[in-house]
Amino acid sequence: MSFGQLPYDVAHLLGGGVLLFSFVLLYQRRIGAVINAFATQGTLLAIAAAWQGYVQGAPGLYVTAVLALAAKGVLIPLALHAIVRRLDLHRTVETALGIGPSLVAGVGLVGLAILVVLPATEGARALAREDLALALSVVLLGMLMMITRRNAISQVIGLLSLENGLILAAIGVAGMPLVVELSTAALVLMVAVVAGVFAFQIRERFDTLDTGSLEEHRGERR
Amino acid sequence: MAVVWGILAQILHLALILAAAPALTGVVRWLKARMMGRQGPHPLQPLRDLVKLLRKRPVLAENASAVSRAAPYVAVGAAVAAAALVPSFARGMAFAPLADLILVAGLLALGRVAMALAGMDVGTPFGGLGAAREMSFAALAEPALVVAALTLAILAASTNLDAIAGAVRDGGLGLRVSLGLALVALLAVAVAENARIPVDNPATHLELTMVHEAMILEASGRHLALWDYAAMLRLTLWLALLAAVFLPLGLAPPGAAPHHWILGLLAWGVKMAGLALALAAFESAIAKMRVFRVPEFLGAALLLGLLGAIFLFVSTGLT
Repeated sequence: MSFGQLPYDVAHLLGGGVLLFSFVLLYQRRIGAVINAFATQGTLLAIAAAWQGYVQGAPGLYVTAVLALAAKGVLIPLALHAIVRRLDLHRTVETALGIGPSLVAGVGLVGLAILVVLPATEGARALAREDLALALSVVLLGMLMMITRRNAISQVIGLLSLENGLILAAIGVAGMPLVVELSTAALVLMVAVVAGVFAFQIRERFDTLDTGSLEEHRGERR
Repeated sequence: MAVVWGILAQILHLALILAAAPALTGVVRWLKARMMGRQGPHPLQPLRDLVKLLRKRPVLAENASAVSRAAPYVAVGAAVAAAALVPSFARGMAFAPLADLILVAGLLALGRVAMALAGMDVGTPFGGLGAAREMSFAALAEPALVVAALTLAILAASTNLDAIAGAVRDGGLGLRVSLGLALVALLAVAVAENARIPVDNPATHLELTMVHEAMILEASGRHLALWDYAAMLRLTLWLALLAAVFLPLGLAPPGAAPHHWILGLLAWGVKMAGLALALAAFESAIAKMRVFRVPEFLGAALLLGLLGAIFLFVSTGLT
């Protein structure tokens, strides 16, 4: 498949959209906007999965799409909004690294992902290769978000968007068994629950969601 | 015959753009007013203002140099030249071989330099402040424009606007992530260049936030009319540029006879009206950002343009 063919173009565009929203996540300052951007990313991911299901003729991918839409597009964002309201958090995101430098680092990471994926996948279909490059970029940007944000909620969103990258990689590969995706989805729900409890616990102990205060208890800062 | 049609199309295009500029600005203002629940001035009000101001004598400060006198003419000249190059309803106009995206960027930069010099000429603090801000934004907006031009040039194998519009229109490029990223980058640059809302508020004289208005605060009479007209032309030019590159539907092919132009003219009118509506809705929905966040906003646009170029290198390597 190559450019100018509709299946390839739309898949490419949707993958690019998911990546673009990873950058939006890094750019936004307010926690509510970050959650909304995450919900949009999840919805785009669901559309991408449905499109791949249609192109590959794999009905299993429709299940993935519905799961992604329900969990990432609706439920988790609603839960996060509820947590933010309940804890009455500061509405701005506290960053460990400024917005500008983290965006620059993000573009660097995308370049790195492309440099890693392309030589490693020689001989594969162009669609799968590009999808893998996009997916690895999303994973790396999720990690970057976990590193550069101090607020526990933002770190959780970084982790979840990292997982969006994994799903993006999985749907691009033809013949991925449904079991794998279902277990990933279940895992993510568990992670979200654990992270929620974790956030409440930090809040209770330290009266803040800044994970910096954990450092003292690990003996890192005396 | 094609040469004659080219020259005719060029003349018609220039007349159309020159006439559309005040009307477009008026329509955007009117739409914004309606969306905010106000009656709003008549869409032709900017034109009436221009006519009134043109009849008045400019008042210059005592220590104003020749720069203050010449700058408005340079700005309008650069804006008219740039507007003549961007295709509106037909490709293959007489100036099409000159219509290079880099040249358009250069003409826009010339107009901006003239404005900044005029702002600093008299030595009032506001003019200098506005010029400093404008230049610091331009330092990020221009690379973003050039990177987006680079992306388009790789896709169309030319930096010529006419060729780019043709390549996009023929559909050989497909839907591409790089095109989308270039579009986002260009939209951000367009917002900054035209002093629209998230970057600058075109409807206020609030001293802490103004950029564009601060530079022309000293201008009056004929000079003020010229500055305003240059700004209107820039807005029209940017909308026409976005329409030509990303929505080239209905553009008459090069060398086509005048009856093909009718469809092109209709399509152009619809596209410009749609873009004006989108601009008004966007400006009504969003708040102005702090001046110190603007470099961040434009930096993000630059990075997205860069990302588009990176992806293009990858995908051209694959196919």
